[in-house]
Amino acid sequence: MATSKTTTAKATTAERTASRTAARTASDRAASARLDVPKTYKLFIGGAFPRSESGRVTEVTDAKGRFVANVAKASRKDAREAVRAARKAHPGWAGATAYNRGQVLYRVAEVLEGRKAQFVDELVRTEGLTAARAAKQVEAAIDLWVWHAGWTDKIAAIAGNANAVAGPYFNISVPEPTGVVAIIAPQTDGLLGLTSVVAPALVTGNSVVVVPGSAQLSAISLAEVLATSDLPGGVVNVLTGDAAELAPWLASHADVNALDLTGAGELDWITLEQSAADTLKRVLRPEPGIAPETPQRILALTETKTIWHTKSRL
Amino acid sequence: MTFLDYAPAPESTSILGLRDEYGLFIDGEWRPGGGTSFASVSPSTERQIAMFAAADEGDVDAAVAAARKAYRTVWGPMSGRDRGKYLFRIARILQERARELAVAESLDNGKPIKETRDADVPLVAQWFFHCAGWADKLDWVGLGAGPQAHGVAAQIIPWNFPLLMLSWKIAPALAAGNTVVLKPAETTPLTAMLFADICQQAGLPAGVVNLITGAGETGSALVRHPDVDKVAFTGSTAVGREIAKALAGTSKKLTLELGGKGANIVFDDAPLDQAIEGIVNGIFFNQGQVCCAGSRLLVQENIHDAVMDRLKERMATLRLGDPLDKNTDVGAINSTAQLERITRLVDAGIAEGGEAWSAPCELPKEGYWFAPTVVTGVEASSTIAREEIFGPVLSVLTFRTPDEAIAKANNTPYGLSAGIWSDKGSRVLAVADKLRAGVVWTNTFNKFDPASPFGGYKESGYGREGGRQGMQAYLKGGK
Repeated sequence: MATSKTTTAKATTAERTASRTAARTASDRAASARLDVPKTYKLFIGGAFPRSESGRVTEVTDAKGRFVANVAKASRKDAREAVRAARKAHPGWAGATAYNRGQVLYRVAEVLEGRKAQFVDELVRTEGLTAARAAKQVEAAIDLWVWHAGWTDKIAAIAGNANAVAGPYFNISVPEPTGVVAIIAPQTDGLLGLTSVVAPALVTGNSVVVVPGSAQLSAISLAEVLATSDLPGGVVNVLTGDAAELAPWLASHADVNALDLTGAGELDWITLEQSAADTLKRVLRPEPGIAPETPQRILALTETKTIWHTKSRL
Repeated sequence: MTFLDYAPAPESTSILGLRDEYGLFIDGEWRPGGGTSFASVSPSTERQIAMFAAADEGDVDAAVAAARKAYRTVWGPMSGRDRGKYLFRIARILQERARELAVAESLDNGKPIKETRDADVPLVAQWFFHCAGWADKLDWVGLGAGPQAHGVAAQIIPWNFPLLMLSWKIAPALAAGNTVVLKPAETTPLTAMLFADICQQAGLPAGVVNLITGAGETGSALVRHPDVDKVAFTGSTAVGREIAKALAGTSKKLTLELGGKGANIVFDDAPLDQAIEGIVNGIFFNQGQVCCAGSRLLVQENIHDAVMDRLKERMATLRLGDPLDKNTDVGAINSTAQLERITRLVDAGIAEGGEAWSAPCELPKEGYWFAPTVVTGVEASSTIAREEIFGPVLSVLTFRTPDEAIAKANNTPYGLSAGIWSDKGSRVLAVADKLRAGVVWTNTFNKFDPASPFGGYKESGYGREGGRQGMQAYLKGGK
């Protein structure tokens, strides 16, 4: 593969110790002096990396059909555990200061930047992208985390307001997180698609259960980034597996407040929306939904709280 | 005669010039309905007020077609400034005819004239006046420049605040440039029919506002109509679910304002005189038939007995009776069906160990009545602490710490309203932060204003009415 050659060339010019990522690529394996240590791709629930309780895995192969990894295949029970973890984590994340949430999201970008090569490698191997295109996508994803990090302490200023009511009251409206958001991530654009749905939910303090699209390896590697970015455990939970199998359980779960179907266009999303109606979840319909990188995308997963307070007569 | 006895002071109904029969208001004209006409009765006397047409599918189709045509040919192309001027006209006519509307509303709904005169109708005019001003300022509702109307809005409203709910629906929809088909509740269609007359007096172009009467089937046909772009519903959570299901898979936009089980939290440092008034207003305003009613009183344990004594003392002074009497505090329950629901739920509350106390007032022989009632010893798991009663019934629970109050307040699938009573500002703000409810009233209750967004969290629905957030529900796009 042309892309592998590129990475090999880089490796020969770099320090041997810094070339572990390149050494892991399939075409490189035979030439490597040492046997590489492949990763076990597990789920991400409540800040931990468990295997699926079902014991199932999905085999992920590269563009040429060669084995890459056995990715955990989440079950209904895993989905339930993930929702429970998300609910438990929600008050802490929603209650953190906006400055704190902003720093954590920025930290995600920092850690991603440091691991860029790993994400490029995974995208090249499983999505068949060229290294250049993969790098561009990873960089765009990193920049998208930075963009969202900057919104945490500003979104209330553009979406909230003092209300001039006709009486002696202090009256103010503020956006608040909707709660636990279940997301069917886009099937395309790998890490970028995943970021475009997870980051906006996190800005205001929602917690997330996300079923990634085809970029299952990227999703778990992103989970490793999140786990080392001071994001409290349970705020993001990643369920790799079959979206068609998992989505109905998330759509009907009574403790999920919103259902983001951005990546569910190929599923029976009408049935999912009907199921979500039983508990009056907020539903974001599949693409083309709300444009990414807009405040509306962040605000679609918020509630407006309006507080009235009496003013005394002096 | 004691100082609490009042001579009757009924408002005259001579201001009304009602017809015996009302049709459907479609495309600026009155026409008969395809369904079987029905009567609306006055809940306080059980006497028939008038007959109303029932719209069938053909009528719904005609109303949507009229709205579509008006959207395409008149209202859509019209400048925001001119749309606003029509709405200002309507606001003024509503003020001019305020007394007539207040009397009609009390007659049809059963609520006290004191409330229709001083709350419902003034708010209706204010809502139109507020939204009128938005019509040429839509670039600033928060969606970016040049937002667009959805098109035809289908709107269904409940019977508890008939004309007020009409204004919450029609005013923002028209200001944003949509045309509407609205269905009032089948037990309270009267003031919507008077509103049709007001649209004509204002010279509003035909088809911009279409009003169709009927029961559930009419509403169902309306929200399912394929040429509807936007649906707005206020009513029960059960019906809200059905509508959300019916719209799944379509491109229709939906906002829902549904039920509630609001917690009214009273801390031991609360200004008690005001708190007692707030508790009474929170649950007995409009006979408790209010989605945002403070129907669960959470009182700090150490002041429970004192609060109950003072509350019962205050409740004993409430005057129940003729809704048209200017002294009346508590009017009639809207329908027999609602009265049965209230009775059934209170019976369940007592069967589950609650202790009910009702104000000692004499119930009139005719009409639908329920005395203001408080049920103590209620557990968080009790039916009457969980289900929306929609009547003058207060369930009382206690708490010891702010954390416990917050946990109990949030322990419901609903999330519409909450109240906090405390003199300590820092605590009020901290508690308000943690309540999962769309409207939090602190040291006040049941306040509404067109500038102030209203709407729920969780199963109380989604979308907001009022303020710029309310305008956003009727617009899309924007750059």
